[in-house]
Parts: sequence; C-alpha cells; structure tokens
Amino acid sequence: MAEYTTLKTLDYKGLKCPMPIVKISQELPKIAVGEVVEVLTTDPGSLSDFPAWAKTTGNAILETKQESGLIKIYVKRQK
Amino acid sequence: MAVDMEKELASIKAMLEERPGPKKKLSMIVFSGDLDKHLASMIIATGAAAMGMEVVMFYTFWGTAALRDPAKKVKGKDLLSKMFGMMLPKGRNKTKLSQMHMAGAGTGMMKYLMTKKNVANLDELFETAGVLGVKIVICEMSMDLMGMKPEEMIDYPHKSIGGVATFLAEAGESSIQLFL
Repeated sequence: MAEYTTLKTLDYKGLKCPMPIVKISQELPKIAVGEVVEVLTTDPGSLSDFPAWAKTTGNAILETKQESGLIKIYVKRQK
Repeated sequence: MAVDMEKELASIKAMLEERPGPKKKLSMIVFSGDLDKHLASMIIATGAAAMGMEVVMFYTFWGTAALRDPAKKVKGKDLLSKMFGMMLPKGRNKTKLSQMHMAGAGTGMMKYLMTKKNVANLDELFETAGVLGVKIVICEMSMDLMGMKPEEMIDYPHKSIGGVATFLAEAGESSIQLFL
C-alpha cells in the first residue's frame, strides 16, 4: 500500500445512508487538497457508496479496511 | 504543424466543456404524498447534493401537503379548501406509509424502527437538504387547487413557487430526472 499519513479521524459509526457521504462531502472542503482522512463507519453500504462518491466528486479512496463490524475508509482530497 | 494540432485540440476541448447540455444536476418531481416516498426522495436529493450535484425538487399534487407547516394557521379559506386542508396530511410528519399503514400501527412501527436503527427522519433530511443547498419548488397550481396558501408552507432556505415551465427548464439541463 502507498505511504500516507492521516490528518484526522471522522467517526461516522451508527450513521445510515445517506448520512456518511453527506458528512464527508461537508468535511472534505475543510482540509487541504492532498490530505487524507480516516473515516470510521458501520454502514456496509459505505463500501460501495464511498468509491462511487469519490469517482463523481473527483476525490480518491486510498484504502478500505474491514474489521469485526467496523469499516475504515481512507479518503484523499484531490479537488 | 504539431503545435497547430495541439492548439486545435485544446480549442475543441474547451468548446466541448462549455457546450450546453446535461449538467451534473438532478431534477425530481415529488408527486406522491406517502411517507416512504418522501423519505426516498429526500435520501436521493441529499445524496446527490453530497455528490456535488445541483438538486431541484419540484413538489406537486399529493407531495405538496408535506410542505405544510403544522404551526402556521391561515384564515380566509372557503369551505372546500378547509375540507381539503383537514383531509390532507398537515406537514411531513403526518404522512403515511404507502403500504402497511394499518390504521397507523405500521407507520408508527416504521418510525420506531427508524429511530432505533438511527435512520435519518424527514426532519433531519429536510434540515440537511437546506444546508446542502437543495432547491425546493412548490407547484403553484397544486397549492391553489387544494386550497393551500404560500403562507402556510414550511420555512426553508431555498424555496420558491413555480409552474411546469420552471420544472422543464431545470429538467432540460439535468443529467438525472426522477418522478416519485
């Protein structure tokens, strides 16, 4: 995996569709282009929603980790 | 020669980018007055706004009643308008499920489950839509037909009143059009 450091962690545990992507769309403009945030979510829909959101908005998903009910998504602001 | 070609390509590219046509925009007609359909329309609208899309929701017919503000009272309605007013849901939280309403038991159970499973309700979705800049257009004809007045509608930051041409102009430049 590519090397990167995460700027902060966004806790979206318990949130259901469409809130995780609503929240990330509001959070991402607050960080600089090129920075990476870690998103914690329990919504399995996020596994396909985050890549779809990133593709449409021109941002990047660097990595997705799944561990016992918790999903970690690493989002890089590109635009 | 090669430089000319590059210039040519760049100008064609610029033209393509500026050409009129579908934008990253969603236009939706909210026709139905059911709770489940209002939820679906709002989830799609807020999701689209989060995807960076411009969103316009056009409320018409049965959909319009969900935009009434239960706290607002208006006077001077005729008898038929009053009757319609009483029979239509007074605001989004009085809407019913399209199926399994079961005299309120089904709708109540759905609302309970939504709270328990932390699914956003209509109040939260409307608030989010407002923050994300989702536009709401209320059909003037539907309001007039069913005896609703502009003064009794909800306060919403991006609200306007319009007709079919308003919707068609928005829909014509949208990449997605939906009818719910």
